[in-house]
Amino acid sequence: MTTSTDAPEAQTSPQAPRERPVGIGLLGWLRWGWRQLTSMRTALVLLFLVALGTVPGSFLPQRGLAPEKVSQFFQDHKTLAPWMNRLSLFDVFSAPWFAAIYILLFISLAGCVLPRSWQHYQHIRSRPPKAPRNLARLPQTATYETEAAPDEVLAEAAKVLKDRRFRVDSHDDHVAGEKGYLRETGNLVFHLALLVLLFAVGSGAAFGYKGNVIVTEGEGFSNALTSYDAFKGGKAFSSSHLPPFTVWLDSFKAAYLPDGPDRGQPTAFSAKIRYQKDLKTSVRPYDLQVNHPLNIDGARVYLLGHGYAPQFTVRDGKGQIAFQGAVPFLPMNEATYASEGVVKVPDAQPDQLGFIGLFWPTAVPDAQGKVTSAFPAAWNPQVALFAFKGDLGLSNGAPQSVYRLDTAKLKPLLMGNKVKPLAVGNTETLPGGAGSITFNGYRQYITLQVNHDPGRVPALAAGIVAILGIVTSFLVRRRRVWVRARADEGGRTVVEVGGLTLGGATPEFDAIAERLREAAPPTPDEE
Amino acid sequence: MVDTHLASLSNQLMLGAVLVYVVTMVAYAGELAFARRRADAEVPADRPRVLVGAGGPETDEAAETDDAETTEAEAEETDEPASGRRQLDWGRFAILMNVVGWGLHGAEIVTRGMAADRVPWGNMYEFVSAISFAAVTVYLVMLWRYKVNWLGPFLMVAVVIALGIATIWLYNDPGPLRPALHSYWIAIHVTAAVTATGTFTVAGVATALYLIKSFVTVRPGGILSRVPSMEALDTTAHRVIMFAFPIWTFAIIAGAIWADSAWGRYWGWDPKETWSFITWIGYAGYLHARATAGWRGRKAAVVSLIAFGCLLFNFFGINYLVSGLHSYAG
Ligand code: HEM
Repeated sequence: MTTSTDAPEAQTSPQAPRERPVGIGLLGWLRWGWRQLTSMRTALVLLFLVALGTVPGSFLPQRGLAPEKVSQFFQDHKTLAPWMNRLSLFDVFSAPWFAAIYILLFISLAGCVLPRSWQHYQHIRSRPPKAPRNLARLPQTATYETEAAPDEVLAEAAKVLKDRRFRVDSHDDHVAGEKGYLRETGNLVFHLALLVLLFAVGSGAAFGYKGNVIVTEGEGFSNALTSYDAFKGGKAFSSSHLPPFTVWLDSFKAAYLPDGPDRGQPTAFSAKIRYQKDLKTSVRPYDLQVNHPLNIDGARVYLLGHGYAPQFTVRDGKGQIAFQGAVPFLPMNEATYASEGVVKVPDAQPDQLGFIGLFWPTAVPDAQGKVTSAFPAAWNPQVALFAFKGDLGLSNGAPQSVYRLDTAKLKPLLMGNKVKPLAVGNTETLPGGAGSITFNGYRQYITLQVNHDPGRVPALAAGIVAILGIVTSFLVRRRRVWVRARADEGGRTVVEVGGLTLGGATPEFDAIAERLREAAPPTPDEE
Repeated sequence: MVDTHLASLSNQLMLGAVLVYVVTMVAYAGELAFARRRADAEVPADRPRVLVGAGGPETDEAAETDDAETTEAEAEETDEPASGRRQLDWGRFAILMNVVGWGLHGAEIVTRGMAADRVPWGNMYEFVSAISFAAVTVYLVMLWRYKVNWLGPFLMVAVVIALGIATIWLYNDPGPLRPALHSYWIAIHVTAAVTATGTFTVAGVATALYLIKSFVTVRPGGILSRVPSMEALDTTAHRVIMFAFPIWTFAIIAGAIWADSAWGRYWGWDPKETWSFITWIGYAGYLHARATAGWRGRKAAVVSLIAFGCLLFNFFGINYLVSGLHSYAG
């Protein structure tokens, strides 16, 4: 809590009790532990620990964000990586130790804020506290003498304070005023909102899901678990929650800067899609763009990425067409879109065929005469194919990545210098009568992400409330003012004004004191 | 698309702004060097005028109120008439130059935006320029409200260094934005982030002075003796951070809303997200530390500077060292 100094009477609970429990049994220890946990110092330490805990997550590759980089790391650091893995350093944000810290923080925060909210509620309903015996000991004080009677002085004081929207209590010899309850209210609202935010984020993750899928131009995808290339459901997710929509990609367009120092930088992506909510509704068009996801039934569909899918026709050793279609290649380089992919032809006879391909959207020879890509748009598309024959290893039932060729039982057919780039329409004949492959052209594909997170709206609301709360609490100050008036022997009235502003003095006190002094008729010797 | 005349005008304005800022810096330094000794600089600021009672801060509560803030401005005010012509001239000249430099700087940003036909914060050069502009603006407002002249020379050093780095190493011709940035959220999110960063910079300068002052013995007549009391430094830094913290919070939330439509999730521990979270915690920690017994003062100041370090790292380190969704440094 930010403002423990501002609420002296609330300090009893949040401050760390220093005394040890001496001979007080289990209950005493529990109470002591609870006090420790909910003390502000502990909350502070936990807060710093959370921050510290996220640091490795920003430097080490994380499975949730970049699984391929994690495997690379494992290859590069053979002994270290398994140890780091044991410490969940590649899944920092779902690591048990990370969860432990933030759950403790959550409890600590709740244990601090909830009782304090209750105290504050009671405090709001209570009256301003009576004046301390010695007003002169307060940080802001003023005294003056006047001819006016004490009653009149006090009545005037009550009026001045009420005009300034103080809550005022009149006592026999003094008036007590207090205002600025909104400060603590704002502060508590901020902290409660943070609790709600944490809760919304957590439950949203538990009930939500997120999946990625590649859709090639002219093809479609229906929202079912089996359609996804990658899918992650929260702990409380069940596949019956997936709304049954279908999406088709008609065409995709990317625009790039054609020249200048940032040549090749993308300037616009747009995917023309059609979608159908369920079989009973009609098909609708949508222009899917970055920053403009499509909402269907609580699921949101995002355009995340794109790539090229070269089209091939493969004839086998018997001259039959064994494969025909577009194969998505993964971009290896964002600036040139040089891409890599694999063509598997399990139906080829007598031997299965496999190819590892490179695709260059704008193929140009480099200094050594090798081919590279000079631009991300497809100005001069070419492919190069390394060919294999033999057993693709698909029959043993083990799942295989579509982007990897398992070459264990394959025999190379075309390798090294024999591999020549093919332009659109070219055919490469495989040696030994194994067949041929034709490069027919290309289609583009897009990577879609579909997700659902029921916590997003509550989290947003909590975030906005948190800001409003903290701003209120920073703008308002709680202040108390007491005015005491008593008659002295000479028949004059001595007025004492005392002010206590929690969290820093304000000029307001001076204005009040000035105003009171002006209103009161002065004593003769003052003139 | 890009108006090259306006773009080169913008570059010339930047050059002009930097030159004028350098003059400002020298003038402030002159003010520091020639100003009359402020013997009272070290005396804790006195109590409000109406105060009659003699009670010192004896109670716990009183000890926690920092009354330095209201009086500091007054102390400064009463100081001025007696301070001789030399100081007046240097000081006035510095402020005049500062405002002129600020105007050129603002014009540089506006023409840059017009040249590229978009918000003028789309690459590192533009971010640094905008952040510096925010810092100078906050300083000028505080100069007007709270008479914080002492902050001027130190802030100007920081601004001149930042703009120098921006023009020499980070310069990029204006150009269109990449698709992920095609959203009105860039105006909201980045403006908030830039404003908060500039404001935190002002607080960082005050906090650094506070720490230096707490370690170095102040020679009478030395530069440090012209910097106000430690309470006043602490109060200034605190006040500025209280202003920047909600804006930073807002920038993060706006970023989350934007990420929700651009990247398919509102929070995903992308490196930039992670470090803005760390920075947020750092400043939240500072605000708490300042209010916790045993952490007030030097320790809280250290926390605040660490948070500022995280902010800088988030800006330079993450943009250049770590690749993430947020890497627009190119
Ligand atoms: C939860 C999500 C996000 C968070 C927490 C976040 C946080 C931040 C922060 C703290 C800054 C200031 C950077 C600094 O001073 O170092 C920043 C800057 C920026 N953000 Fe975000 N942001 C988020 C999402 C986004 C999104 C979705 C975009 C655009 C697609 C975006 C674009 C930018 C740009 C262009 C800048 C200025 C350049 C920079 O400093 O890198 N942000 N963001």
